[in-house]
Amino acid sequence: MIDFLSDFWLYIKERKKYWLAPIIVVLLLLGFLIVFGGGSALAPFIYTLF
Amino acid sequence: MSKILGISAFYHDSAVAITVDGEIIAAAQEERYSRKKHDAGFPVHSIKYCLEETGFCLDELDAVVFYDKPLLKFERLLETYYAFAPKGLRQFVLSIPIWLKEKMFLKKQIYEGLNSVEPYNKKDLKLLFPAHHMSHAASAFYPSPFSSAAILTIDGVGEWATATIAKGEGHQIRILKEMRFPHSAGLLYSAFTYFLGFKVNSGEYKLMGLAPYGDPNSEQTAAFIKKIKDHLVTIYEDGSIWLNQEYFTYTTALKMLNDSKWEKLFECKKVAPDGVLEPCHCNLAYAIQHVTEEIVLKMAKEAKRLTDSDYLCMAGGVALNCVANGKLLKAQLFKDIFIQPASGDAGGSVGAALLAHHMYYDHPRQVTNEPDAMKGSYLGPDFSDKEAVITFKKQKAVYNHIESFDALCAKVAEALDSGQVVGWFQGKMEFGPRALGNRSILADPRDKDMQKKLNLKIKYREGFRPFAPAVQTEHVEEIFDLDTHSPYMLLVAEVKQQERRDMIKNDHNLTIWDKLYMDRGALQSITHVDFSARVQTVHKETNQRFWSLLEAFKQKTGCGVLINTSFNVRGEPIVCSPEDAYRCFMSTEMDWLVVNNYILEKTAQPEWDNREKWRTNFRPD
Repeated sequence: MIDFLSDFWLYIKERKKYWLAPIIVVLLLLGFLIVFGGGSALAPFIYTLF
Repeated sequence: MSKILGISAFYHDSAVAITVDGEIIAAAQEERYSRKKHDAGFPVHSIKYCLEETGFCLDELDAVVFYDKPLLKFERLLETYYAFAPKGLRQFVLSIPIWLKEKMFLKKQIYEGLNSVEPYNKKDLKLLFPAHHMSHAASAFYPSPFSSAAILTIDGVGEWATATIAKGEGHQIRILKEMRFPHSAGLLYSAFTYFLGFKVNSGEYKLMGLAPYGDPNSEQTAAFIKKIKDHLVTIYEDGSIWLNQEYFTYTTALKMLNDSKWEKLFECKKVAPDGVLEPCHCNLAYAIQHVTEEIVLKMAKEAKRLTDSDYLCMAGGVALNCVANGKLLKAQLFKDIFIQPASGDAGGSVGAALLAHHMYYDHPRQVTNEPDAMKGSYLGPDFSDKEAVITFKKQKAVYNHIESFDALCAKVAEALDSGQVVGWFQGKMEFGPRALGNRSILADPRDKDMQKKLNLKIKYREGFRPFAPAVQTEHVEEIFDLDTHSPYMLLVAEVKQQERRDMIKNDHNLTIWDKLYMDRGALQSITHVDFSARVQTVHKETNQRFWSLLEAFKQKTGCGVLINTSFNVRGEPIVCSPEDAYRCFMSTEMDWLVVNNYILEKTAQPEWDNREKWRTNFRPD
């Protein structure tokens, strides 16, 4: 996780996209819920855009 | 000595390539091992193969390079949702968990994946992430025979870019212009692929094969082209495009487009998967192929204008559109064109590795002049006689060994001449989507019924699909209107006039099947309904064995062309090992199987009762 956060900080600095930081923090918190909740994360897409 | 491993994974077509001092030593796609078409999983088997081939372990590598930038992709994802909100909520809710659980922590996944290959020292591992289209550009430029060239990459989407124009000079690549998501020539083509009943991301080839059944002179086709340009896409002079998002849903929904809106626009029903194709669908296929060619040609003109280069390199999924490539070649904008044989995402692994070697580590480049540095794309695993025999014994197969390769070729040529179909398994497996004579099914193109037989009884695929010819490069101009080589089956050229029969007038009034079975010429089974063919030129230098077989067939019949189609059935990845080959051979109506110097005749084999079960393992693509 520390590895990810440091990469993420470098990326935000490089791209100057500081506005993404709070969104990603909230999403990460949500992510913990998903991971600990053991929810499914199967890709339902017909095209792998995402 | 620089040793670099390139990886493409987690989206589709996972693959690995390894370079040593900038030379591509080995490359393989994971689907060939896992037997799952377009496998997106971490390519453990392919990495093992690449390491074995070079004799290095993970700790000895200078770098492992992943072919795109996951955080930039995530940025695109978030900004797209933000731009289209409140639309796309459902897609957001479904996709965010995938990102939060997996894709955002891709680095961790790569570390763990590598650990399942073999133990290594994580702290010493250098992990790099070049941009998606830079990987494509590198895969096209570095193996090309040009020291300086324009580079054009076009695909569905990478991080943000959907197409780029770059210049390659020495060992440097500089991106000059890029087009961004959601405007994408690849996604436009994929939207039509979906509308015409084919699977997105794998059925684009079928759409390209369907296009020639359309009537270029009909009012309906002209109206379709006009509607596409008026309502769906604006094409600018520099080849950039603007897709009218009112007609597409891929940014916010779980599919490409709104069916009813398209049906209303084209006054033509969407085709269900494996549904009936009407003349209007053929005309629509023709129309989008025509529009795509216009886009590609304009992009190439812009690349020429920006770089003033005599040569062009291409990669990205759209570069697999060999009809557009053929037209681009004919336009003579450039003296020569090199197209990366694994132009899709699999080839990103080659590009990523080469990019690290030349750009990150700043190593100069040795230009390979003849023909290119892809080694014929024969970069995958090969299997010894011993391994083949073990398989045959395990399967209780009946096999013969023919010592002299010339005698083997003579025997195979005789079988082909008598209308039999041969599974041809030799040497190193091809890297990329095409079988180029090492994992191929071969047949006689003069046989009028061969296309039907191959499609329906051996490949179990759509009957309308054309087959490609393989010809010795020395003789290509005798049969096709092609004055260059096409070793990777990436150029479409017309069959020469003397090889054709004139079709009856108003042939476009015929149904798709009547057109297909109409007499088109001496090489009926490789001549498409518009007299075009997706040519593979076979070179003695890169594939001596296949070249020799073509020679033997020419000596026997006077015809130096063979049908070359990939050794698989519909939905199955191309065979990798002798075991895969034997299974495919026994489960289809193929007559002979040749593995190295071993030859197996179907009638001599023991009963095979797994046929149906085996085929149901593969979902139609």
